[in-house]
Amino acid sequence: MRRLPLALTAVGVVLMALVGCGVLPNGDPGGAAPAPSASPGLSGEIMVFAAASLTGTFTTLGETFEAANPGASITFSFGPSSGLATQITEGAPADVFASASQKNMDAVVDAGGADEPTVFAQNAMEIAVPADNPAHITALTDLARPAVKVALCQPDVPCGAVAASVFANAGITVSPITLEADAKATLTKVRLGEVDAGVVYVTDVLAAGDDVVGVAIPADVNAGTRYPIATLSASRSPELARSFVAYVMSAEGTSVLSAAGFLAP
Amino acid sequence: MARPAQKAPPTRPPGQRGARTRSIADVTGRTPWPLAAPAAVAVAFLLLPLVGLLLRAPWRGLPRILVESGALDALRLSLVTASAATVISVFFGVPLAWVLARARFPGRSLLRALVTLPLVLPPVVGGVALLFALGRRGFIGQHLDQWFGITLPFTTAGVIVAETFVAMPFLIVTVEGALRSADLGLDEAAATLGARPFTTFRRVTLPLIGPSLIAGAVLCWARALGEFGATITFAGNLPGVTQTMPLAVYQALERDPDAAVALSLVLLVVSIAVLALLRERWLHPGTSL
Repeated sequence: MRRLPLALTAVGVVLMALVGCGVLPNGDPGGAAPAPSASPGLSGEIMVFAAASLTGTFTTLGETFEAANPGASITFSFGPSSGLATQITEGAPADVFASASQKNMDAVVDAGGADEPTVFAQNAMEIAVPADNPAHITALTDLARPAVKVALCQPDVPCGAVAASVFANAGITVSPITLEADAKATLTKVRLGEVDAGVVYVTDVLAAGDDVVGVAIPADVNAGTRYPIATLSASRSPELARSFVAYVMSAEGTSVLSAAGFLAP
Repeated sequence: MARPAQKAPPTRPPGQRGARTRSIADVTGRTPWPLAAPAAVAVAFLLLPLVGLLLRAPWRGLPRILVESGALDALRLSLVTASAATVISVFFGVPLAWVLARARFPGRSLLRALVTLPLVLPPVVGGVALLFALGRRGFIGQHLDQWFGITLPFTTAGVIVAETFVAMPFLIVTVEGALRSADLGLDEAAATLGARPFTTFRRVTLPLIGPSLIAGAVLCWARALGEFGATITFAGNLPGVTQTMPLAVYQALERDPDAAVALSLVLLVVSIAVLALLRERWLHPGTSL
């Protein structure tokens, strides 16, 4: 038949398109190895897996760490902590894991992937609304109004679980119209004005600048999450990995984190 | 009734007639190794990941996991939205394919490139683009919202829109290719005998490209069924409303990899069943039309 090769070509096109959809950790260590530096600084390459809510701060910390240690190269993979934990236990080549919840760090520790995680920061929740606040949200209870379109993180990721406990503390029921994969995705829906409100971390609202406005959640019902960090047992550069963890916990690291809205542990 | 099979095109190799087919390898003896070796690597590369899925499958707990994870809701939603996207794609895509293949106007190549852009565009970008156009603040969507109270994002209709955007080009490309390689002489004969252009299209052209139309629709359906990026970006993720199977798999992976594998298996089985069924019915030489 004349038609068959055409169908096969089209199948090929489909396969090529599907290959393009893969979800890969971002970043590539790059081709050339870093030149040995004359200074006594550290050298080598490490891959840091960090919660999506740490994207801004850890990128900054990575740059300053690399500037202080010209021989060192740090690559980040940011994503939902639960997904990162799964990738690590499935053998992803990570050296450091910074999680947005104790639960996901425990999963890695239980699988023998890390020892002695340390809490380095805490984060509380805040309501994010578009800059013009179309639904006139002024308090947490407004989210329970039926006409208000609310985006939440899905319940399996830390920001979704913490938002659920905030609602439980306040004794309200919120019906979201979408459950997003992580805090950044939830914030994006607010930024674009597709929803009236989202519940994300204080740090996310701060990082979004003028696009969104934060509506505070009263401290007596607010909940938060603790961020543990650990060097992973499978690390091939454990010394460099430990130095980066120490740098995150240092006075310099703490000041970058608190400037972004994180609370001290 | 004109049928391509009765024309016996001169390109058909000798010995291949009707349903009786012989492969090239039969004719020439055997497959040359410079082709056989890379072909074997390709087969292994494409099938090994599926083997990995089967090895990790939680076979014993499968029914319980599928019931608990809400897989049936997601599967129903996936089948309904992918089928709706395919119907819409055929309704609008076939006429566009005809225009691209047969009509003569300046800028046709440019138009073809533009409408097939979603083939190469990352689906997430497609989803963001849809938000900017049809979202609540989009340049069309804001009027839909103000005038009619319609908001597409976060609705099942939004899922169908996202899937159609990504999948329709597959149908267009397939059908347009068939139209370009189809024998124009038959159309001309019909016109000579007094058939009006639309009658010619309906009675001559469509039957001619029938197998390719089905192939294109199947590709379109398969692409819509697997759609992830544009859907989660434009339509969001809510079980029973916008959470299709690929989104359910992604969410399950966060919580329970076993459930993700179980959901993937269901999607795999459904895809294979539907593709095999359609292939059996429509794409085998001698059984079609």
